[in-house]
Amino acid sequence: MTLEARNLTVRFGGVTALAGVSFAVAPGTVTSLIGPNGAGKTTAFNVVTGFQRPTQGTVHHDGQAITGWRPHRIAARGLVRTFQKTSLFPGLTVRENVLTGLHLRGRVGVIAAVLSRARVRAEERQLGAEADRVIDFVGLGARRHEAATALSYGDQRRLELAVGLAARPRLLLLDEPASGMTASEKVAVATLIGRIRDEGITVFLVEHDMRLVMGISDRVLVLNYGRLIADGDPAAVQRDPDVIRAYLGAGAHAHA
Amino acid sequence: MSRLTLVIGGAIVLTAPAWVWNPYHLHTLIMAGIFAVLALSLNLLLGYTGQLSLGHAAFFGIGAYASALLSVKLEWSPWIGLLAAIVLPGLAGYIIGRLALKLRGAYFVLLTISFAGCVSLVSVNWMDLTNGPLGIPGVPPVEIALPGLPALSLRTKSAYYYLVLAAVVLAYLLCLALIRSRVGRALVALRENETLAASVGIDATHYLVLAAVASAAMAGFAGGLYAHYTRFVSPEVFLFTYTITMVIMVVAGGKGTLAGPVVGAVLFTVLPEALREFTSYQWQMLLYGVLLIAVLFFMPEGVVPALRAAGPALRRRWKAS
Repeated sequence: MTLEARNLTVRFGGVTALAGVSFAVAPGTVTSLIGPNGAGKTTAFNVVTGFQRPTQGTVHHDGQAITGWRPHRIAARGLVRTFQKTSLFPGLTVRENVLTGLHLRGRVGVIAAVLSRARVRAEERQLGAEADRVIDFVGLGARRHEAATALSYGDQRRLELAVGLAARPRLLLLDEPASGMTASEKVAVATLIGRIRDEGITVFLVEHDMRLVMGISDRVLVLNYGRLIADGDPAAVQRDPDVIRAYLGAGAHAHA
Repeated sequence: MSRLTLVIGGAIVLTAPAWVWNPYHLHTLIMAGIFAVLALSLNLLLGYTGQLSLGHAAFFGIGAYASALLSVKLEWSPWIGLLAAIVLPGLAGYIIGRLALKLRGAYFVLLTISFAGCVSLVSVNWMDLTNGPLGIPGVPPVEIALPGLPALSLRTKSAYYYLVLAAVVLAYLLCLALIRSRVGRALVALRENETLAASVGIDATHYLVLAAVASAAMAGFAGGLYAHYTRFVSPEVFLFTYTITMVIMVVAGGKGTLAGPVVGAVLFTVLPEALREFTSYQWQMLLYGVLLIAVLFFMPEGVVPALRAAGPALRRRWKAS
């Protein structure tokens, strides 16, 4: 297992966002975390990526405990996330956004930056080529010199994926990458997620759109009120009476 | 900027002491240069990492005192003094940067103001060391002693002009080197979106401390240059007005651009002096205020970004007519 969370509990004052949740993400898969609003999905992501310290429980990545590490250190291990609300470097162009995402692949520090023009130039050339490759991969090749804020909503979300991919993740955590998208944009995102997995990157996904989730996931985890209520392949989860109840309310399972 | 403008501009700057015959005007230019180094240093924090330091005069003052005290009390070479004017403020910047670990925005501003307040009080009250409000007179001038040549004292304004000019160029190149690398992108990432920066592996603390150290060291160096130029240092170097002037220069010149702080520094050092030629003191300050508001109103991004945007449009109109 590449990612293992054990007994995660997060309390905000009197509110329990996560109540002893354990789950695992297998390498090379697309694993989805679903559940109604307020179920604790984003909190789980925040704990895994170091943005939220758990009240209890541990997170392991490839056997290494990473609980309580700071986000940039977790990112350096290859766990990279995107955010539910569009999150970019707004004042920069598409290419500059991706170049910034490539931070971990560069080596130049202050001393080299000041003293060795040649090293900086070599690194900038290499990072530039890499940025162009990532931009083409997500299909923003024609817009690389535009301001990030000038992109359409769908393209901005695509750019978020590019920034995340630039950080060379081994595990990419996507928080609702298709929220607010049109049907055709969603199809495109699903295709892109499939291609990301085919590149050998494990994908951990929080998503509301059931059709999207069921279409691309190898495994689905369902959270409700901070508890894990189902864990299995998409078809089994879809039939699970607890899941149907959580989504549609009590008694709904009779029609499912 | 075309090569021609660059050559003409360079020639004007390099020959200035030859044709600026009024010593007071030359003094204004030297002060513009010292402020250019200060504005460049503030821009590293304010323009690139997006954190406003309202205690920048403290680094300037520490640099000035360090250099003055070493060369007056210990009679060390002013060059060692200038080196100390880089190292000591740099250390102070390190402490501020570490303290700012969790402080951003308004809290960072308050931290830097308090720091400057403390340092200023020390300079007034530590009589034994700083001579208090009386200040330290008799700071020696900088000398250039090359082996085999007679020592060249930079006592004259025209000689000092070139030292300050070299400092401006050096500070500018330093900023340029940082900004055009991965380091600069990390600084900008903190300004643009610190959360996203962390999630792609940028260590905010590391880069914030780095920007604070570089910025403080540069401001301190300007302080050292100031001390050996005016030959006198008093608690006045910690005046809040100095910090405000730096902020005006950076914001009006164009924060987050390399040329902006330099243009701002020259503009807002020369402008008040130019106004003085035409009007009385009251009118001078009033006009200065009105002009400042006009610049910010018509060029909210600053002079340099505005000119950059206007350049192509003007050229098109030129061709059309």
